[in-house]
Amino acid sequence: MDYNRFMRLLNKNVKGTAALVLGIWMACGLAAAAAPEAAPAAVAGMAERMAACTACHGKQGRATADGYYPRIAGKPEAYLFNQLQSFRDGQRRYPMMNYLLSNLSDDYLQQIARFFADQHPPYPPPAPNEASAAVLERGRRLVTEGDPQRRVPACVACHASSLGGVQPGIPGLLGLPRDYINAQLGAWRNGDRAARTTDCMATVARALSPEEINAASSWLSAQAVPAGYAPEPALPAPLPQHCGSQPQVQAQR
Amino acid sequence: MKRTRLLKSLGAIAALLIVLPAAVIAWQWLRPEDRGMANPAVDRARQLAQGQYLARAGNCMACHTTRGGAQYAGGRAIASSFGTLYTSNITPDKSTGIGQWSADDFWRALHHGRGKEGQFLYPAFPYTSYTGLSREDSDALFSYLQSLPPVARANQAHALRFPYDQRMLLGLWRALYFTPQSYQPDTRQNAQWNRGAYLVQGAGHCSACHSARNRLGASIEPLALAGGVIPGLQWYAPPLHGGADGLRDWSDEEIAALLKTGVSPHAVTLGPMSEIVGRSLQYLDDADVTAMAVYLKSLPAGAPESSTPLASAEPAEAERIMKQGKQLYGTLCVDCHGGKGQGSAPDYPPLAGNRAIAGPHAVNAIRAVLNGGFPPSTAGNPYPFGMPPFGPQLTDQEVAAVVSYLRNSWGNQGGLVSAAEVNRYRSVPLD
Repeated sequence: MDYNRFMRLLNKNVKGTAALVLGIWMACGLAAAAAPEAAPAAVAGMAERMAACTACHGKQGRATADGYYPRIAGKPEAYLFNQLQSFRDGQRRYPMMNYLLSNLSDDYLQQIARFFADQHPPYPPPAPNEASAAVLERGRRLVTEGDPQRRVPACVACHASSLGGVQPGIPGLLGLPRDYINAQLGAWRNGDRAARTTDCMATVARALSPEEINAASSWLSAQAVPAGYAPEPALPAPLPQHCGSQPQVQAQR
Repeated sequence: MKRTRLLKSLGAIAALLIVLPAAVIAWQWLRPEDRGMANPAVDRARQLAQGQYLARAGNCMACHTTRGGAQYAGGRAIASSFGTLYTSNITPDKSTGIGQWSADDFWRALHHGRGKEGQFLYPAFPYTSYTGLSREDSDALFSYLQSLPPVARANQAHALRFPYDQRMLLGLWRALYFTPQSYQPDTRQNAQWNRGAYLVQGAGHCSACHSARNRLGASIEPLALAGGVIPGLQWYAPPLHGGADGLRDWSDEEIAALLKTGVSPHAVTLGPMSEIVGRSLQYLDDADVTAMAVYLKSLPAGAPESSTPLASAEPAEAERIMKQGKQLYGTLCVDCHGGKGQGSAPDYPPLAGNRAIAGPHAVNAIRAVLNGGFPPSTAGNPYPFGMPPFGPQLTDQEVAAVVSYLRNSWGNQGGLVSAAEVNRYRSVPLD
């Protein structure tokens, strides 16, 4: 019997304890015959295999001092996997990334995402910021409150009040270079970056003016990253709008 | 009197310039075509499997699909010296694809290089190779393509410069460079050799990249596979014959390993060849890749391209470049590629004796240092090691120094590279 199909059916149909117990009993029996495929073993030597990534993204993916290439260490695994797939398949445009990933399998991209999600090197202090106090204050308000009148959600509504992101698909926003954040919101506005539909970030980016984008990125990149900064397991409230990159189960509960 | 003579000579010139080409084109247009014999499929499932296998061997999908786009729906831009061509939709969509085609139409395209209405096809579609396919294989390929889900995606017009945008003129090109000809087995060779030749010359269309092209885009001696720089892509495709600068030092097993897994004891794939191994060659039967290896090794060596120094330098200047290159090598490269350029195959390829580095063209080494790259994920090598891109952190002059060092160390004799040469490849599109 096809083990995966069996498990899918089981997940769909389990109603009561009896079925669950039966399921576990059967699964144990089957597991003895064939190892489950849900979590493939980590590949040995990933740090060495990833030399092409860390050349720009820094050791362990911690970013470098060059001021553009983003930190990838510690970002949620599903977020990283989505980005790798998008670069490979052209929904996100950056020639070096498109080129490097062209011929890598989903299986490998999953391994790469997991490897960098599991890295937790320390964050450097934020880079010096030239923005005025007024710009920073405007940025702070956009990030923490949004603009309810124009129905622009606050960053914290989806990226968590800590701005550390949310498992499995929403990335943290601190510890990133201002230029990188500006480039991403700009790319969303002009279609060089697209996420799975509903592409909520495209909607948000198009609602913002270049000045507002600069204010938000200036404030975000000026924040020191607090100790224990990491993606939250879940959000306390539903997402303010549907987002194709983030499964909605937990938010709708 | 004088005037009449002038008119007469003008008439003669006009005849030469207009009438003669027109006659050649008309001959190309009207010449009788071998229609082959349609093969009614006895076993449809077997025919579809054969067609799928051939589609992979020919890597049809790679050109007929955009990055992330619907499979076989066309639209990928093919850069050439004459402008950009856009591949066509070959899904069975009735209005935008080849849903209205018959097996005869398809054979005509593959074997004769002509579209459904008889129009001459641009040879970016490698019918100069596909003409070698048997009618049976053409029919299998057609059946497979017709079994795909139809995708409505209108073809995009080519963006070619004058006069190359005048399709009729392809009649002249064909008269010079194309003869429809199915593969004729060489009876002096065994079945394995002939199978390899059939795949290399036909579906595999190896000569499209591994033979240099002339000014009109025709492969120079396509059967010799003497290597060359691929015009639109700007990568060097090394010689595939059995000569010293070809595959002489490779065993059949090592060639087969590169074709199936993307890595081998001698070299790894990067750039376009990674795509070909990843999407095409890794899916071929072991017997077929071995047959290809046997055939390639049997090809006679051509006269090797001379490895002229790209930048001539005074001895003192050359010494300075080599010193700087050695220093950079010791910082950036030595951990993986070793103190003697020996590498650690298959993960870190050797640089000593590597044809892509020490050969007549430095472009692959320059691009590898600038942009890095990965061999493909394959069943035999699912998690390949990647070469880091050093372009962002090194100056043109530094890249030139380190590549010059690689090309002139450990027995390599490739000539020096200039910063200007490096700079040229910074702006070549990666995609």
